[in-house]
Amino acid sequence: MFLYKTIVFLPLIGALIAGILGRQIGAKASEYVTTGLMALTAILSWYVFVTVALGDPGALPVHVNILRWMQSGGIDVSWSLRIDTLTAVMLIVVNTVSTLVHVYSMGYMHTDPHRPRFFAYLSFFTFAMLMLVTSDNLLQMFFGWEGVGLASYLLIGFWYTRPSANAAAIKAFVVNRVGDFGFMLGIAGAFVLFGSINFDVIFASAQSMASGQGAQASDTLINFAGHSLTRGGAVTLVCLLLFMGAMGKSAQFLLHTWLPDAMEGPTPVSALIHAATMVTAGVFLVARMSPVFELSHDALTVVTIVGAITAFFAATVGLVQNDIKRVIAYSTCSQLGYMFVALGVGAYGAAVFHLFTHAFFKALLFLCAGSVIHAVDGEQDMRKMGGLRTHIPKTFWMMVIGTLAITGVGIPFTPIGFAGFFSKDVIIESTFASHSAVSGFAFTLLVIAALFTSFYSWRLIFMTFFNAPRASHEVMHHVHESPRVMLVPLYILAIGAVLAGVIFEGHFFGEAYQEFWKGALFTLPENKLVEEFHHVPLLVSVSPFLAMVIGFLIAYQFYIRSPETPKRLAAQHRVLYEFLLNKWYFDELYDFLFVRSSKAFGRWLWQRVDVGVIDHYGPNGFAARVMDITNRVVRWQTGYLYHYAFAMMLGIAAFFTWMMLGSSV
Amino acid sequence: MTDWPILSTVIFLPMVGVLLLLFMRDDTAHGRQNVMIISLVTTVLTFLVSLFVWAGFDGNNPDFQLVEQYYWLGRGITYHVGVDGISMLFVVLAAFLMPFGVLTSWNAITMRVKEYMIAFLVLETLIVGVFASLDLVLFYVFFEASLIPMFLIIGVWGGPRRIYASLKFFLYTLLGSIFMLVGILVMYSEAGTTSIPELLKHSFSPEMQTWLWLAFFVSFAVKVPMWPFHTWLPDAHVEAPTAGSVDLAALLLKFGGYGFLRFSLPMFPLASERFAPLILVLSVIAIIYASLVALMQSDIKKMIAYSSVAHMGYVTMGIYAVNQQGIHGAIFQMLSHGVISGALFLCVGIVYERTHTREISQYGGLVNNMPRYATAFMIFTMANVGLPGTSAFVGEFLATIGIFQVSIWTGVFATTGVVLSAAYMLWLYRRMIFGPADKPKMMALTDITMREHFIVWPLIAVTIFFGIYPSPVFDVSTASVDQLINNFQAAVHAAASANPAAK
Repeated sequence: MFLYKTIVFLPLIGALIAGILGRQIGAKASEYVTTGLMALTAILSWYVFVTVALGDPGALPVHVNILRWMQSGGIDVSWSLRIDTLTAVMLIVVNTVSTLVHVYSMGYMHTDPHRPRFFAYLSFFTFAMLMLVTSDNLLQMFFGWEGVGLASYLLIGFWYTRPSANAAAIKAFVVNRVGDFGFMLGIAGAFVLFGSINFDVIFASAQSMASGQGAQASDTLINFAGHSLTRGGAVTLVCLLLFMGAMGKSAQFLLHTWLPDAMEGPTPVSALIHAATMVTAGVFLVARMSPVFELSHDALTVVTIVGAITAFFAATVGLVQNDIKRVIAYSTCSQLGYMFVALGVGAYGAAVFHLFTHAFFKALLFLCAGSVIHAVDGEQDMRKMGGLRTHIPKTFWMMVIGTLAITGVGIPFTPIGFAGFFSKDVIIESTFASHSAVSGFAFTLLVIAALFTSFYSWRLIFMTFFNAPRASHEVMHHVHESPRVMLVPLYILAIGAVLAGVIFEGHFFGEAYQEFWKGALFTLPENKLVEEFHHVPLLVSVSPFLAMVIGFLIAYQFYIRSPETPKRLAAQHRVLYEFLLNKWYFDELYDFLFVRSSKAFGRWLWQRVDVGVIDHYGPNGFAARVMDITNRVVRWQTGYLYHYAFAMMLGIAAFFTWMMLGSSV
Repeated sequence: MTDWPILSTVIFLPMVGVLLLLFMRDDTAHGRQNVMIISLVTTVLTFLVSLFVWAGFDGNNPDFQLVEQYYWLGRGITYHVGVDGISMLFVVLAAFLMPFGVLTSWNAITMRVKEYMIAFLVLETLIVGVFASLDLVLFYVFFEASLIPMFLIIGVWGGPRRIYASLKFFLYTLLGSIFMLVGILVMYSEAGTTSIPELLKHSFSPEMQTWLWLAFFVSFAVKVPMWPFHTWLPDAHVEAPTAGSVDLAALLLKFGGYGFLRFSLPMFPLASERFAPLILVLSVIAIIYASLVALMQSDIKKMIAYSSVAHMGYVTMGIYAVNQQGIHGAIFQMLSHGVISGALFLCVGIVYERTHTREISQYGGLVNNMPRYATAFMIFTMANVGLPGTSAFVGEFLATIGIFQVSIWTGVFATTGVVLSAAYMLWLYRRMIFGPADKPKMMALTDITMREHFIVWPLIAVTIFFGIYPSPVFDVSTASVDQLINNFQAAVHAAASANPAAK
């Protein structure tokens, strides 16, 4: 029990030491304290992974109670940890990548004057992420959810003197809040539906619903928008609201706009938060809530559609971007789409498997990109790179490994291949094999996206490392390989990118599925994807391989053999090129629809309604009427005695008239 | 200790300070210093005594405790004070916040220091009195009298448009009070008593309830303030000195929410049930409307004032959800908003004292030379945004859960506040704190001083402590809240079964 608390709270301790005492103990000490504690946390989490996921730990999940939080009527929530295989997987992903990023940052940030603050933020992020993945109820998960959002906001805006970084930080937070709006309502809906927001209660009552016990399926549970929702409708509503939160955090289509801009943050941050861990929180949420999602075909269909569109959309945009980090950012967005498709078709294990392998190779790619940027003096535009292969060979080879992994290189029908080969194939095959109504649609988009992925990944390699250098002479003169403190994390991640797939495929989504997950992922009895996904037509099995090869060949043709072709194509298809280059114009659309209109509406409410109506007819109007009346009264006070005498006469006459008439009645 | 009239001590201890101040001179720097010290000691002592109220309070007992009753006016109007699990928390909140008001005024007030502090301490007595009163007339006296020191604080020590602001403030609240006074007279003639515990047991006829509810509603709605009775608040805040803003936002606004909980809901349950939809609509309008207006403000204090209107929308919404989560959420939101809005105004006061401007556009890049200030302001910004782990989240979350069970649409609209509040607060933070160090006037500012550390850190500690461990508040208030809800539902059911045709 103490072990689990240690894992969660060590990063917080590190963050507090670096954050509060950073000025006193200095930058070096802050780095060593936070990184040392992170390394310890990572080792402990591997131990947990081995004992919980691979070993036989006894009854799961393990609950660790920490502190009371809120008790109000049916809401009874504590700070407590829940340890099962899903948590254990997330623990090693988060803590391994976080430790490596801490180490890498010692080299990458070594000239920055605000290092204690940077490391405090990194460790704080890790703490929040751990709270998220170890949560035992929806509310604590929301705490971690918003906590990582705060850390992301602080780290994107780390270089606070840059206006673009500040804008990106706000955008990330606010767009995430749109998702959180759904999450919060989803929690409320879950409370109404299940009477609790603790996972144990939710899962138990979801399972009794699945087996047809509990409340009658036709009973009205929730009234929404004038419709009386039956149980099925209510479950769908709750799932979709929670999924809205997942869309925000995992940058899915329509709520994706913040992720590319988040690249304003330092590159290690992009690797940790915006590739490997935080953005996968949405996938984790749906996987964690699998007992509930399994009950709603409609919700799962929506998840599949959104995931497939994201995978395709982000890949198309990635094709033409020129900023090295933005290409990888769109690639992340696209890969997250794959994970959601897997969730949507009911292959939860496959989704988490891809989450797991993706963490290694995407962190590797980002840290390599950081190493490249470091080498060329902060330049991020690939059009100003080229020919770096011989100057930074170690970075080059590591980046090639990352690219081989993400494009899914491997030999079909053999257990030989890079990590992405296994996890991506599993997703694509499961999608085809699933009974989802939209499986054909999703399958098609995923295969096309795989082709695009291969193209833009190799395009990145070719533009950056091959051909003649396009950077200025001065820059090329200073190009240098990164120090060892930055290279060693690359090597370790590269091992993961090569081996994570082949070692763990059987556990995550294969023969050892039951022994590995131990019920952490719930599937209905009729969901047999784990066995079925292998039995797909041959063409389906080799389709990702073919897509990968074709993408590579096109990239080779465009950027090595005939560099004039892409320019010519861009000129020929001006409209399409601009459309992709400007990311389908989402930023412009949202700016017009939401930002400007909110501002205009706010100003209108303030000046026309508050000042123009309420004040005008309310207090100011009242004061003005009082002034009018007093002015009129003042006019009576003429100061002439005969006026007063006349008024008195009138008054007396009226009085007597009233007396006489009144008494006679 | 048990026989000691501890509530009266909390109420009247500040008056002892006032007495001392009356004999002091403030025409020298030294004298002004002494005035401040006396005031600070008085408020801190009052807070410490108020902690004994909390310590002596039995959380399992839903009724009024620590009750004192003395003969005051004829015909059964007595000096009658006591607290239940709801009002006790507000007594402590009021006593807790006052020392910060003194600390922030230390250098900011240079003119008529003695009179200022007297007004301030009198205000404390009256505020605590409002929350502790168990007699309608006593309540009314405290409630109305609190207007006077606040009116003076804005009107004498305020900014350039202080006369307009103070008159607007006075006009609005007086309008509300007139209706309440009529209501009180009617209640007295109906029930024959002004004792609140007895009135709580009295059931008024449904028709009477409607009229009384409306009479009290106007008064409380102005205080909260609910849309569309809110326009006095931004003006009053902008012109008030920092300590005035703190008291106004943190405490005077809570009169409204407290009034709904103490009078409208338990005494007029049928009318409350009837008018709940109206309140919910007004609350949602307040949340969205005030957030949008806050977005466009160019004056820091005005923005925080509008943000207060939005946050108080959650309070009224939670109260009229009339379930445990809703009312707990409303109470917690009021307490938390007291601390956080107070802290935000204190933070604004810290830079205002240095720059004498509230225009957001004048600021920028403060993080470069005021990193500690930037940290503190970030924490309060996040608290105001309702980040989990801060006290604001507990209130907002429970209020949302409460309302969701009653009306999903209200919940959906109210929750848009989480997006809008993030937008206006982070935009404010960016314009004030972030950015390059290119404004010479701003770069000349010094980071927070020792005195200011004493202002921000206790508030940060409270904000985070109650965000992580709110149980102390639930432990004392649950019994009273449960009783309130049970009585309410019993009354509504009784009426429904007595007159099945109407329902």
